Amino acid sequence: MSDTRIRTATIAVLVENESGVLARVIGLFAGRGYNIDSLTVAPVDDEGRLSRITIVTSGTEMVIDQIKAQLDRLVPVHRVQDLTLEGPYLKRELALIKVVGQGDQRVEALRLADAFRARVVDATTESFVFEMTGNGEKIDAFCALMRPLGLKEVCRTGAVAIARGAVAL
Amino acid sequence: MSLTAEPAADTKPMTGAEVVLRALKDQGVDVIFGYPGGAVLPIYDALFQQNSIRHILVRHEQAAVHAAEGYARSTGKVGVVLVTSGPGATNAVTGLVDALMDSIPVVCLTGQVPTHLIGNDAFQEADTTGITRPATKHNYLVKRSEDLARVMHDAFYVARSGRPGPVVVDLPKDILIKPAPYVEAPAVGVPHRSYRPVTQPDMARIQEAVRLLKRSERPVIYAGGGVINSGPEASRLLGEFVRLTGMPCTNTLMGLGAFPASDPLFLGMLGMHGTYQANLTMHGCDVMFNIGARFDDRITGRLDAFSPGSKKIHADIDPSSINKNVRVDVPIVGDAGAVLAAMIECWNSDPTPVAKDAQLAWWRQIDQWRKRDCLAYVQQGPIIKPQHAVKRLFEITQELGRETFISTEVGQHQMWAAQYFGFDKPNRWMTSGGLGTMGYGLPAAMGVQIAHPAALCIDIAGEASILMNIQEMGTLAQYRLPVKVFILNNEYMGMVRQWQELLHGSRYSESYSESLPDFVKLAEAFHARGLRAQTADQLDDVIREMIAHPGPVIADICVAKDENCYPMIPSGAAHNDMIMGPSEAKYAAAVTDEGKVLV
Repeated sequence: MSDTRIRTATIAVLVENESGVLARVIGLFAGRGYNIDSLTVAPVDDEGRLSRITIVTSGTEMVIDQIKAQLDRLVPVHRVQDLTLEGPYLKRELALIKVVGQGDQRVEALRLADAFRARVVDATTESFVFEMTGNGEKIDAFCALMRPLGLKEVCRTGAVAIARGAVAL
Repeated sequence: MSLTAEPAADTKPMTGAEVVLRALKDQGVDVIFGYPGGAVLPIYDALFQQNSIRHILVRHEQAAVHAAEGYARSTGKVGVVLVTSGPGATNAVTGLVDALMDSIPVVCLTGQVPTHLIGNDAFQEADTTGITRPATKHNYLVKRSEDLARVMHDAFYVARSGRPGPVVVDLPKDILIKPAPYVEAPAVGVPHRSYRPVTQPDMARIQEAVRLLKRSERPVIYAGGGVINSGPEASRLLGEFVRLTGMPCTNTLMGLGAFPASDPLFLGMLGMHGTYQANLTMHGCDVMFNIGARFDDRITGRLDAFSPGSKKIHADIDPSSINKNVRVDVPIVGDAGAVLAAMIECWNSDPTPVAKDAQLAWWRQIDQWRKRDCLAYVQQGPIIKPQHAVKRLFEITQELGRETFISTEVGQHQMWAAQYFGFDKPNRWMTSGGLGTMGYGLPAAMGVQIAHPAALCIDIAGEASILMNIQEMGTLAQYRLPVKVFILNNEYMGMVRQWQELLHGSRYSESYSESLPDFVKLAEAFHARGLRAQTADQLDDVIREMIAHPGPVIADICVAKDENCYPMIPSGAAHNDMIMGPSEAKYAAAVTDEGKVLV
């Protein structure tokens, strides 16, 4: 029987930047019962003609192959790349993290932020907003550390990803 | 050759509505099926002032789409629909999904409220592109006049390219009234910006497939609707390949006619109501060559018991059909015609010896299965067996030798038509396979008759299905379309009743066709001829009279009420677990809850 192991896939999709294209992609995932762990989208060329969608999803190998084939047959889709399979790649996510506290907790939060290379982008006498870029696990770890130190609000972009080396999508 | 309404290009600019018609004409459209309304009045006005495109006024928008499907499937051309905004568009949705499931090329133009009112809940406004996004292969909302002509051409390209399907173009009323620039369709060979389906197969895969088939001891060729969609040449090549290899061939419901039913190498249809020999051949084969079919659940039955010992070759134009339900060993992406041409070439040049003796033994086994004569029935006494009615209809049309097209509704009658009406040519059989849309057959036959005015077009129907689009009898009358509606009237939603009998303890919940109309009088009310056969000795006369009558006919064939459709693979069972007839029906009671969950 087919492989039932679940894997995570990071898929880059280059699409025509037309109205409804995001709804088409999301509708495909919803309609066929695929998972979306995260999804980011923005125009990526000068004329604003093309957008790039980065989707992090999970499923069996057969399901992930289906996801790629289904994406590829959408009319406004130019290219689909499974970064997870095609060599080394970089994956980054941006987070804004609000921590509210006083005294030692505040000092400790700032010290840990420094260790994690999170930048302070806003501060009051009782709060910080940290900006942090990195892979998802790093942000998870930082948020976990901040929780007892007064973590109040987290805002994350979801992952963007690109292959290493000279070859482009 | 210009539209009569079309002003000289350099004097007065064209309106959006004129651009729409010009694009249709340039795409080779000569007939459209539609229903007017406020938002599309500019197109209807432009239609009125020209003569090159014929408009067929249907009685319900769903029927417009089915008629376009019948037109498309019987000609290989794109079917075109024109409906208004709001309810016009929502009524068309069932037809669109039907065309999507069966890969039928249709372009559906929908009216829309003017751009400045979109999103305001205006009168007859619906989010048509939102509603039809999962119902179509692709859809467009034209918001700028300068996009109009390009989008129209794009819609036709998308509808017919790759795996064909329905495309909606949503047209706001102001775009139709304002002047719009016309651009010609892109020249053939100019690649589309983003949609470029692969049609030529990878030769390495073809070679792998040919070698597998040559070495195979128990091969089978399983051909589907993709062969028909590829065009008549693909069906010719399928015939050539099957005869070249001498392998057994079975067709799916959508593939009937792709390989001639009268050929000794044909095993009949496979699947839930397929023949004993076709299903056991699929179950026992060691190499399966699937060309243009999609391992639908009606074909595979229980997935983990589907053809357990075979290597599977799957050729499909849609890469997402490959490895979707069934893991295959040799995937081939390409157009069915191109794949078959490559297979024939490779078969002739590849030196691998054919496992001839083993294949002969395989044929002996298949002939044993054939001897079971799984479609046998006994016609005794005055009550007409539905199988007999279809068989006689087939035999009499054969005898007359007229070009014959058959459409069906959905249910038992559809399966009996598939089992007892033999198709030797492609594009002669229109049925709703994927979606299973009751009410498909009459409008589909209408579309076929428009495309083939001299042909004999018969809708084999059930008394329940036919009532779902019966209003189209009015369209038949208006355009003098001599469509024949052949109703197998058993006073039940027969397939529902059959499942209730086999799986739900004969509790016939709501499946009796109560308060039926008098179909003879109904025909007369719609200016058609009404006929009825109540006993077996009347059957042939009614069939002959139906065919001989020059106008539309409803023939009400009163058939046995309790007949079930066999063979049957009950839901959740494997191909070798077929129920062959009423005496084995008790086995269906053993269907597990897991099986009952399946439709």
